[in-house]
Amino acid sequence: MASEKGVMLLDFWVSPFGQRARIALAEKGVQYEYKEENLTEKSELLLKANPVHKKIPVLIHDGKPVCESLIIVEYIDEVWSDKATLMPSAPYQRAQARFWADFIDKKVYDCGSRLWKLKGEEQQTAKKEMIDILQLLEAQLGDKKYFGGDSFGFVDVAFVPFTSWFYSYETCANFSVEGVAPKIAQWAKRCMERESVAKTLSDPKKVYEFVCFLKKKFGVE
Amino acid sequence: MEEAKGEEVTLFGFWSSPFVHRVIWALNIKKIKYKYVEEDLSNKSALLLEHNPVYKKVPVLVYNGIAIAESLIILEFIEETWKENSIMPQDPYEKAVARFWATAAGDGLWQFFITEGKEREEALTSVINNFELLEKELIGKNFFGGDRIGYLDISVGWISYGVPIFEEITEFKIITEQKFPLLHAWMEAFSNSEFVKDTLPLREKLSERYRKVWEAIMQKKN
Repeated sequence: MASEKGVMLLDFWVSPFGQRARIALAEKGVQYEYKEENLTEKSELLLKANPVHKKIPVLIHDGKPVCESLIIVEYIDEVWSDKATLMPSAPYQRAQARFWADFIDKKVYDCGSRLWKLKGEEQQTAKKEMIDILQLLEAQLGDKKYFGGDSFGFVDVAFVPFTSWFYSYETCANFSVEGVAPKIAQWAKRCMERESVAKTLSDPKKVYEFVCFLKKKFGVE
Repeated sequence: MEEAKGEEVTLFGFWSSPFVHRVIWALNIKKIKYKYVEEDLSNKSALLLEHNPVYKKVPVLVYNGIAIAESLIILEFIEETWKENSIMPQDPYEKAVARFWATAAGDGLWQFFITEGKEREEALTSVINNFELLEKELIGKNFFGGDRIGYLDISVGWISYGVPIFEEITEFKIITEQKFPLLHAWMEAFSNSEFVKDTLPLREKLSERYRKVWEAIMQKKN
């Protein structure tokens, strides 16, 4: 990579991980070049920028790559620190923010994938797990406006892209997010009032089309 | 000043856990006095379950009554709470690189350890690719942190005893002086560091534990 000045994001349109980076950049008002990757035919730039995992998103800042979405978001927060601070300032609150963002990382996408990949008994197990996850996150949110309190923060950025997958999870596994975790559903609506989120998140119906495409690809009935 | 705070820091751990070792090394470097509580993982204490209800795992650091879980998160908490003897890089890009390798360095190693045949070969290729890249991070430095041990050294420190144990049990050498001169030198420097030296259980004890785990897994497969 040439040491080109500027910011580039290697990404894939529906990726909730990529969307975390996009939302953070938007919150900070950072100009960047968006590059859509074809995940079945990854570009040389992607393979060079992320030789370990070969995954998106990758943020390339002045020619230097940053990988892993949560690391990217913290990086963005630290470099463009003059506005829209995402991480809290006190060490314990920072640890909590990292803990819950990491929890979301460990649990949500994986469990969500099992909701549309599996059937019968296994799907029911995944559904129960997803409900537990949502309710645990709801307990964390409590009556706050955002996970970050009054300000939209790190955990909000980490979780909000998954809200456009709720429709797919609900349809595949037959449950309602609003029914099991109403505060989360309300929080999702509040987040959509933010321009950074509204302009970034994929339309839930488009996400569902993508999930159906994946189901066909994996031979799931 | 660190001594007055000493009573307020408790670490819940398990003797052989590499995640716990990370926290011990960080507390040592920061010269923080703490109380250590050894957990019986087959019979977890009520306190542990109270402090880490989400994962119910060690390590957990309790400071002034508040609990922090997940080893890498604990490391950053320690760095931010006790300002002296800094372990994190200052530069945001260097921080991002360190955070990346803290989790990525170990990719494939466990797979290499517990698989055979083609699966093991694939895992090994992945491990070697990663180590080649990781080696580059040591160019011109004694430690990943530069002159002194830092966050990344602590995060991947388990490699200094874990890889030799894996190599011994699987009878396959990965980190040789020829193939990875810098990593090889780092392993020695790290193990001999004053902050690491007397912190680990006897090598034989660790080896034995890993061997037991390995045999149990291999037996299940065959």
